[in-house]
Amino acid sequence: MRPFLSIRNLSVALKNGGLILRNVSLDVAVGKVHGLVGESGAGKSMIGKSVLGTLPRALQITGGEIWLDGVDLLSIPPAQRRKRIGATAALIPQDPLTALNPTRRIGPQITRRLVDILGWTKADAQARALELLEEVQIADPARVMRNYPHELSGGMRQRILIASAFAAKPKLIIADEPTTALDVTVQKQILRLIADMQARHGSALLFVTHDLGVVSKVCDALSVLYAGKVVEDAQMRRFFCRPVHPYSRALLAATPTYTNPTGSLMPVPQSVIDAVEREVVQHDRRWRA
Amino acid sequence: MRDARGNRRQPIGLRLWLSGGWLLILACAAIFAPLIAPQDPLAQDLFSGRLPPFWESGTEPGFWLGTDSLGRDVLSRMLYGARLALIVALVAGTLTCIIGASLGLIAGYYRGWPDRIISRFVDIWMAFPPVLFAILLIAVIGTGLTSIILAIVIIDWTRFARVIRAEAMGQGAMDYVASAQVAGRTRFGTMLTEILPNVLPTIVALLTLEMGIAVIVEAILSFVNLSISTDAPTWGGMISEGRTSVHQAWWVLVFPLITLFLTVLSFSQLGEGLKDRFDPVLR
Amino acid sequence: MMYRIENLHLSLPDMTRKPLLGAAPRIEILKSLTFDVPKGAVLGIVGGSGSGKSTLGRVMLRLLEPTAGSIVFDGTDITHTDEVQLRPMRRRFQMIFQDPMSSLNPRRRVDGIIGGPLRLHGLDGLRSRVDEALDMVGLPRGFAHRYPHELSGGQRQRVGIARAIALRPDFILADEIVSGLDVSSQAQVLNLLEDLVRELGLTLAFISHDLSVIRRLCSRIIVLHQGLIVEDAETAELFTSPKAAYTRELLQAIPLPDPDQPWD
Repeated sequence: MRPFLSIRNLSVALKNGGLILRNVSLDVAVGKVHGLVGESGAGKSMIGKSVLGTLPRALQITGGEIWLDGVDLLSIPPAQRRKRIGATAALIPQDPLTALNPTRRIGPQITRRLVDILGWTKADAQARALELLEEVQIADPARVMRNYPHELSGGMRQRILIASAFAAKPKLIIADEPTTALDVTVQKQILRLIADMQARHGSALLFVTHDLGVVSKVCDALSVLYAGKVVEDAQMRRFFCRPVHPYSRALLAATPTYTNPTGSLMPVPQSVIDAVEREVVQHDRRWRA
Repeated sequence: MRDARGNRRQPIGLRLWLSGGWLLILACAAIFAPLIAPQDPLAQDLFSGRLPPFWESGTEPGFWLGTDSLGRDVLSRMLYGARLALIVALVAGTLTCIIGASLGLIAGYYRGWPDRIISRFVDIWMAFPPVLFAILLIAVIGTGLTSIILAIVIIDWTRFARVIRAEAMGQGAMDYVASAQVAGRTRFGTMLTEILPNVLPTIVALLTLEMGIAVIVEAILSFVNLSISTDAPTWGGMISEGRTSVHQAWWVLVFPLITLFLTVLSFSQLGEGLKDRFDPVLR
Repeated sequence: MMYRIENLHLSLPDMTRKPLLGAAPRIEILKSLTFDVPKGAVLGIVGGSGSGKSTLGRVMLRLLEPTAGSIVFDGTDITHTDEVQLRPMRRRFQMIFQDPMSSLNPRRRVDGIIGGPLRLHGLDGLRSRVDEALDMVGLPRGFAHRYPHELSGGQRQRVGIARAIALRPDFILADEIVSGLDVSSQAQVLNLLEDLVRELGLTLAFISHDLSVIRRLCSRIIVLHQGLIVEDAETAELFTSPKAAYTRELLQAIPLPDPDQPWD
């Protein structure tokens, strides 16, 4: 049986031909958290966007399969695809400031999707929203439902976005750098909350982040990306104990930690960059042949 | 506003060539009008009234685009009309730009009381209905080239002031402005060396747009007979006259109309084209 | 002492709560801060968002005027000195900004960005000083003719550093200078800064929200929370035995790349 989300040889390219994702494959089982790690421009966000069908207009999927719940999303007509995605997947976005509409109250922003897309009654949706806000540990949910986004802190807003992502009981959650804009203390709470919610709902979670520290806290497995190519795919513990690829090792060495008082930060050595660049070039050569 | 960044990969030469080319032709026509105009633009000849353009039957040599009801040569009048149109565009556009942009820059960068005074003034100014204002102005100081230019400047400087103020405010919040202060640059120096280069592309785009608007305003004022003397060759005046005889002599109306349209379009496209071409950030 | 800061207060009017008539209520951003920065020290200033750490930096460089208290820079009281008198002194305290994209004028080339302040202070040998600054931050001299958008994030931040050190200041304030960078360029920029501090004998204040990047660089750290200094300690001491509850909370919240870190 296929894992709940199974991406096979996914390639995404700019309309002018430049490759953004190079033959990416990964699996996420129900109840598991898979991390996508890489530096900016590695294409980690584009994987989530490919699954959700929200790639920027300049990009297109040029090959591969995205199996979601036993169906290859790329082989069915767009209207059906959107419907399936809407019913099974949801996104926790990066920036809690821009992800909520500043002119609308919180309540309708959570319930609208339930009412408009999934055809719930208003009362049901309302009740579900209250229940969810309580689940994400918001005190006085009834009042928060009537608040506008600007009346709430960044952490609160991220909680609301998490609540609304889980609203329709999705089987797949894609979290795109959900804590990058937050303070570390708030980040810790939010990470725990996401992990709790994921465990309780048993969803598959694709977690995009640039922070290896965050990965070690929430993920079961991870893929390390460089220039749109998966350079290492590993179980979480194995990765942190014995990273295999030189680029992964360099990335770990470059991550600053406060527990190491004297150790100097190791920038990713040019030799490693060159080696991984060569891999990318080789891949492209094979790909075009 | 359109995000120009998205267009960065598109070829940008054609737009600039076409609009610039047309305006260059027009400028030559205006400068050399006495040399190239086949006829005297004011010479009336009632016997050769409403002659059609050269490709139709019943034409006379020397009247390429036909004549109007008074027998005046359409082409010659258009060439001389270009003079007035371009003078108004250049002078009124530049004056409006200098006044409006300076005030906008000061208000947006200095904030505080200069901003409060300038902004209030702009708000009050914009509450006057502009066309009425222009008509009133010309009624008071009389018709003539100076009045037209003055009317355009007085009406339109607020557009520059508002847009440039918003732009300067945005730039003023950037760290490179704080960095100039850290380096010890004066406020005024910072405005000129840091802010101005960054709002310049907007100023240029607005300036060319304003030139197009000036051409239209001049045409409208001519149309309602408030421009220069009724006899003088202006595009607006020609359109106005051509309107009455459009069924017998369409060419009197259509040729100046097309010229006017192309000119205004060229001005606005020139601005966009220059912005794409010469802005290092977008290039 | 490079800096002696005593009882520093700053409040700003809160325009969002301004009543129709009358003055806006003021919010206290910095509440009675007292600390010193000895010559040659590297001071870390740590805090979360809204702690006032960036505001404190801007007050130290007198981009903002404090409401009360005093700032003494190298023996000169600059608390309320006006901008005109401050200007000749500004060469001595410089700043590196958080977002290199916003702090480098997009319409100037790198040589203009680095050379502008030099010209302003009437320094001679512009060309060679710009080249020297580029050498020191490890950028090729050919970059002098590039625009900021033609550089990568790490390279832009190096230009920001070059602009600050070209003036040969006594003191540099670095405001979250690596928070926008990838870890690989983060390490490079931090190492570069460490070398420069040593070579040029700079005094440095390093503002960051991230205790991980601060440990390497700083000799002393002050922790800011809601406009107050909650802890002021030697670096080693702060990490081994943090006194303030907030510092402990901050330390425990940092996710280390280590699956065995206690996390509850």
